[in-house]
Amino acid sequence: MIEAQDIVQTVQGRTVLNGLSCSFQKGRMYGVIGPNGVGKSTLLHLLSGVEQPKAGKVLLDGQRISAYPRKQLAKQMAVLQQSGLPPVGFSVREVVSMGRYPFQSWLGGDEQDADQIIDRALSDMGLGELANRKMDQLSGGERQRVALAKLMAQEPSIILLDEPTTYLDIGFQVQLLDTVRAWQQARDLTVIAVLHDLNLASLYCDELLVLHKGKVAAAGAPHDVLTSAIIEQVYETKTTIITHPATGVPQIMLQPNVNF
Amino acid sequence: MLLLAVSIVISLSIGSAGISIRDVWGILLHQLPWLADQPVPYSSGEIAIVTQVRLSRIWLAVLVGACLALAGTGFQGVLRNPLADPYTLGVASGSSVGAAFIILFGLQAALGLWTIPLVAFATGTVTLLGVFWLSRDKGVMQIETLILSGVIIQSFLGAFVSFMVSLSEGVVNQILFWLMGSLAMRSWDNVYMLIPFLALGLPLLLVYGKSLNLFVLGERHAAHLGVRVERTKLIILISSTLLTAAAVSVSGVIGFVGLVVPHLIRLIVGPDYRLITPLSAIGGGIFVLWADTLARTALTPREIPLGVVTALIGAPFFAYLLHRRKLKTGGPL
Repeated sequence: MIEAQDIVQTVQGRTVLNGLSCSFQKGRMYGVIGPNGVGKSTLLHLLSGVEQPKAGKVLLDGQRISAYPRKQLAKQMAVLQQSGLPPVGFSVREVVSMGRYPFQSWLGGDEQDADQIIDRALSDMGLGELANRKMDQLSGGERQRVALAKLMAQEPSIILLDEPTTYLDIGFQVQLLDTVRAWQQARDLTVIAVLHDLNLASLYCDELLVLHKGKVAAAGAPHDVLTSAIIEQVYETKTTIITHPATGVPQIMLQPNVNF
Repeated sequence: MLLLAVSIVISLSIGSAGISIRDVWGILLHQLPWLADQPVPYSSGEIAIVTQVRLSRIWLAVLVGACLALAGTGFQGVLRNPLADPYTLGVASGSSVGAAFIILFGLQAALGLWTIPLVAFATGTVTLLGVFWLSRDKGVMQIETLILSGVIIQSFLGAFVSFMVSLSEGVVNQILFWLMGSLAMRSWDNVYMLIPFLALGLPLLLVYGKSLNLFVLGERHAAHLGVRVERTKLIILISSTLLTAAAVSVSGVIGFVGLVVPHLIRLIVGPDYRLITPLSAIGGGIFVLWADTLARTALTPREIPLGVVTALIGAPFFAYLLHRRKLKTGGPL
């Protein structure tokens, strides 16, 4: 379980998170939503331990996250960044095998079953044929798949996703979240995803957290959180909520403010 | 490795004194203990040229090259900046200020044999911090801004060195030595001085090869994979600066070695630092050895400063890298 208690954090002198508290249970998929600049990514950076809050604390299984050695943390938690992987000269396989770094000794000695884990991650992401291609020969969508395969090779129990679908077209968006969701359910993982797209968040997450004015404005299952009133309060725009005809979850219809 | 050995042999055989290749080898073989009893067909002057002057100079070239190329590898890896090297970052100039100060004011004895490299390291570190401070904008270091800051500081410190040398009875030669680098008039002592730095720096950078590979993806990615980013950066920057300081204190400022060599190696073997690091050390040795051989033989009996040779090769290469980067990013610099 991950907990954030009374977090205060500033970004470039501006207070972004102000007394925020939340907790994430094992085996569930969470979506963090909210308007631009509300501190969604900041929260994720704090949860991943790469940044420290100005006040408050982040606990992983009851222990302060800053108390974990970096490698120890990397064995449990993996992060998929918004920016994705850069087009470097490494091959796909080399990049995916970097996911095993936290499990290697300081001399770089590999554990025994590393190759199997890497092979499985590659085939699960449909990268088998691209394994020997260089990263700089791949498209953005393919590189994001490599990033996800690297995540799988890391075999974490907690996954943090920072707007993973931003640079992908809708086909890849669905494919990526399908993969994450299936994987999450198969292995009982905790997933915390910052998502921009409310409809995607509603489709894939067990619970949503709405950030507003430095705090959690609402939290709960999608049909409790995605109401016209809450959306209008947080995003300052009128919307109509309908029920998805196939899945039954709420979906948001945007609504122009002028009549044509 | 083989290429290095061949280069040493050839370079050893070429020189301004006009000793034939056969004689060079005769002299060298004669140094082997089990052959020392044989009658000596060579003059003591010839023997001195080969064993004292030429052989030490060749080893010095190899070691200086290895130090500079390793430092360049470290800087490029940890800053994720393809244009970084001890020269373009101004670290070499910074070290030369310290070293020149000590030498020109006769303070060598203060801390014994290690005075010069240690002072060079201190001033080199201060320079590096200054360059970082200049180029930092809201916590982010732009690749080009970093190099620009390096060039600014480098020209300032270069002027400072010239000023110090002109204050003393220094001749033009000495100024050139510090600004353009040279391996002339060095001895075995200088070789011995470099060895411990290399013996420390090379294994350190080798151990961190795997972490440097993760740095290629970005600092955040590396952190998420379990790399202690700040500590790794600190250790690699310090060892690179130390290697630079050691090289500068015996040879003055030799530019572009740390830029050209790791790049060529990367072109050949790919981006894996576990290969780039050791091969850069060897490649740097070969590169400086050939540059120095050229420097001392091209205009016999005159010597060209070594830095002139490396700059003639390195600066166009630097321009090429800039150009390629511009094409890649598609925007103005």
